[in-house]
Amino acid sequence: MQKVYTKIESIIGNVVTVRAEGVKNADLALVGKSYANVIKLDNDLVSLQVFAGAQGVSTTDTVKFLGKPMMVSYTDHLLGRVFTGSGVPRDNGPALTENMIPIGGPSVNPSKRIVPKKMIRTGIPMIDVFNTLVESQKLPIFSVSGEPYNQLLSRIAMQAEVDVIVLGGMGLKYDDYLFFRDTLEKGGAMSHTVMFIHTASDPTVECTLVPDMSLAVAERFALDGKKVLVLLTDMTNFADAQKETAITMEQVPSNRGYPGDLYSCLASRYEKAVDFEGAGSVTILAVTTMPGDDVTHPVPDNTGYITEGQYYLKNGRIEPFGSLSRLKQNVNGKTRKDHRALMDGMIKLYSAYKDSLEKKSMGFQMSEWDEKLIKYGKMFESQLMDLSVNIPLEDALDRGWKILCECFEPFETGIKSELIQEFWLYSDRKDLH
Amino acid sequence: MDTTKGFVTGVNGNLVSVKVDGSVTKNEVGYIVVNGTRLKGEIIKINGKTVSMQVYEMTEGIQVGDSVEFTGEMLSVQLGPGLLSRVYDGLQNPLPELAEQCGFFLQRGVYLNPIPEKSWEFTPCVKAGDKVFPGDAVGSVPEGIFEHKIMVPFGFEDCAWTVKSVSEKGIYNVNDTVAVVSDAKGNEKNLTMVFSWPVKKAVRCYANRMRPDETLVTQIRCIDTFLPVAKGGTFCTPGPFGAGKTVLQHMEAKNADVDIVIVAACGERAGEVVEVLKEFPELIDPRTGRSLMERTIIVCNTSSMPVAAREASVYTAMTMAEYYRQMGLDVLLLADSTSRWAQAMREMSGRLEEIPGEEAFPAYLESVIASFYERAGKVKLRNGKTSSITVGGTVSPAGGNFEEPVTQATLKVVGAFHGLSRERSDARKYPSIHPLDSWSKYEGIIDAQRVGFAKSILSRSTEINQMMKVVGDEGTSSEDYIIYQKGELLDAVYFQQNSFDPVDAAVSPERQRYVFDMLYKILQADFDVSDKEEIRDLFNHIRQYFIDWNYSEWNSDKFKLNEKKLNKILNDRSRRA
Repeated sequence: MQKVYTKIESIIGNVVTVRAEGVKNADLALVGKSYANVIKLDNDLVSLQVFAGAQGVSTTDTVKFLGKPMMVSYTDHLLGRVFTGSGVPRDNGPALTENMIPIGGPSVNPSKRIVPKKMIRTGIPMIDVFNTLVESQKLPIFSVSGEPYNQLLSRIAMQAEVDVIVLGGMGLKYDDYLFFRDTLEKGGAMSHTVMFIHTASDPTVECTLVPDMSLAVAERFALDGKKVLVLLTDMTNFADAQKETAITMEQVPSNRGYPGDLYSCLASRYEKAVDFEGAGSVTILAVTTMPGDDVTHPVPDNTGYITEGQYYLKNGRIEPFGSLSRLKQNVNGKTRKDHRALMDGMIKLYSAYKDSLEKKSMGFQMSEWDEKLIKYGKMFESQLMDLSVNIPLEDALDRGWKILCECFEPFETGIKSELIQEFWLYSDRKDLH
Repeated sequence: MDTTKGFVTGVNGNLVSVKVDGSVTKNEVGYIVVNGTRLKGEIIKINGKTVSMQVYEMTEGIQVGDSVEFTGEMLSVQLGPGLLSRVYDGLQNPLPELAEQCGFFLQRGVYLNPIPEKSWEFTPCVKAGDKVFPGDAVGSVPEGIFEHKIMVPFGFEDCAWTVKSVSEKGIYNVNDTVAVVSDAKGNEKNLTMVFSWPVKKAVRCYANRMRPDETLVTQIRCIDTFLPVAKGGTFCTPGPFGAGKTVLQHMEAKNADVDIVIVAACGERAGEVVEVLKEFPELIDPRTGRSLMERTIIVCNTSSMPVAAREASVYTAMTMAEYYRQMGLDVLLLADSTSRWAQAMREMSGRLEEIPGEEAFPAYLESVIASFYERAGKVKLRNGKTSSITVGGTVSPAGGNFEEPVTQATLKVVGAFHGLSRERSDARKYPSIHPLDSWSKYEGIIDAQRVGFAKSILSRSTEINQMMKVVGDEGTSSEDYIIYQKGELLDAVYFQQNSFDPVDAAVSPERQRYVFDMLYKILQADFDVSDKEEIRDLFNHIRQYFIDWNYSEWNSDKFKLNEKKLNKILNDRSRRA
């Protein structure tokens, strides 16, 4: 029999304490009509975090412990549906209660993981050529407010070949939520998409639940053999919600008010990205907006240490510097033999172009070499970096060689002579002398 | 003696308060019984009858009143034959075996025997009546390519023990008694092949410690030549994310000239461990001709695994390193990343409501880091053999800023500093060790004076580069421009090394010396050019030949051809020719 408690001791922020016995850590409870979970036990004093926020909770409200942790339903009926952070339907559809699974489950045994080796093609040269996305990778998109990160996310969602898309929205503007829904519906992807959406006006605690709900569902789909792509936007809002709870609980803050366990908090979510041997996989792409465009801010900083690379979205394009896919080496050796060398060579030259540009802006005389670099840089930016470019990997590589040939002599590129012999477009200049 | 029992009175994250009914020891291990599952934890604070335990598992489902059983022992690891080539979590749970039992996911409360239950061929090396000390061998078993010594447990009283009996050569189970020893009072003890040792205590069963004076060859040019590491030394590799810390460590793990490599993946990505797991068994150790995995132990407590065990993992790895050092072997311990371990300490300190130090790290951070690195060292064993533990730790400073507490605390105690730079990694200059900011106190494989000359060119070249940004090319003299180009060349063909190229990935000391000779000649040469375009063109050619040379197999025809090209250009274009 479930016992009902009526003696609420304190209400601070979204945390309610009540005297109760026989309560388990992390169990779910009903405070009034709202769900809450146990976050701390001290003898008979139980601290509960109320999902819908503690506004309007009265000291005379009843607290009912449900004797189970937070769960989410996992069935095929999830596809095409939209829920809130606590799993309540957002789309006027029926609530789902069958086959409930716990969220935030244990981590995968590292010895059961396999080396990811399947490329995900996106048609964006800055990703496919320079920082290839790999199945089961976890990658954030570092950006700032105002950049088209949600557009990029939805474009990748539409073009990537996956079975199921799980979209977790945290602190989304309502417009953005509608944008995602409309885009996916229009592109016909909604039928294999589940959304857990927390909008900016929803209670904060629900925001902290979104990644766990999304990933619990994604993990099950993957175990059932599906290739799952999880899109999370925006993880900075998730971290801020964590910070709010930690401060309310009077935890010692570590860096800019964030709790000391921010790294572990983010890691336990991102590490859900996995390729199950003999089953499906979970790939995570997550937007992290950098407050003040500062990559050393605790959220992007900790994220960078957890994820397998990052894409910098700046001025509407993916920056070649700083952007990195750590798993690209697993796949780009097998695409085409010039892929790696071309990728490295072009970036080195682009970096030299940036130096020349700096020199130019300071009014120095441009040498012949500088002029070459500037010509190259401009071509690179317009023909490969621009986000509107939508071509397959092989075409992008050919385009890369074409740019190099138009700008440089073979020996100026720093690329191995063997490759020059094979790929340089003008045969009379193939020889190094 | 009855073991102490208790019950849970509070739960806060992974910190559990327990009321106890008897005596307890700090750092004693206890088990919380939750619905029949036993969750391991360690006492970290005692206050009257209430103790605080950090739990090495998820704490969901624990309730007030759950019973707790204490073991009377500190957190220990099992030491014995069969540790090599295995993969453990931070508490020495063998992960592949765990996977066999529990499937894809890590199930909490399952603890398996770390030492495989198997039999070994034991060969005694003492006879009845011999005197032995703790840490001395009584015999050995063959473990892969090594002679695994069966030793008197380190925990025995430090005095001469008399061998009463020892088993004859033959096949024995790890848990069979292979020898009986007694102390001066006649207390007899049975020795099996396995014993345990508390992870946080350093093993000191050696004769004396020695100065690390022998270079540990890593086959990475910029390390061996410019920033060497010594056997028995310590080094740290701080760097912002994406600067290539882990790739660099994997290169070190593959090519380092040591007997045993222990990789402690502490709070990092699981994917990186998997790379080691899948790659190492395939790679052949050129020293032994056997799979690299046979000399490797992996301790991994990745970022999504429970935080408290993360702290334990580096100590678990260190204790196993000390065990193998005691057998006379050279061990390399690579910890990735020590910052995660420091963060685990910080989390726990916060829950204990200790007064926070800088960036909320506990005040004892420095002393804990120092005592960890001090467990490294080259030692002389009682049998006269020398052996060593070299420790390399990566640091992940918040925001890539080396001023933060963990980096600073580490720099105080290490002998070499390989600082990685974001600028270099952004420009794809790998390994991204900053050649001028980094330092080493150890001796390298090449004459220090010549290395000093190369370094001075590099630092002058960097200065000129800075100056050119202000005054432009036209304001720079040809002499300076040549020095600038020489510095750039040194960086491009020597500091940078392609870890994904089969030839360039590992460069033997012999080849390093040979190639450095050529480079030294170029750096010293007085080139007969004055026009800047011409200089740039000349150095572009030299660089191209040099890179092709680096990519050609040692002493192959291609190697010789490229060498000839380099010599020709050097002779044709320099004044002294």
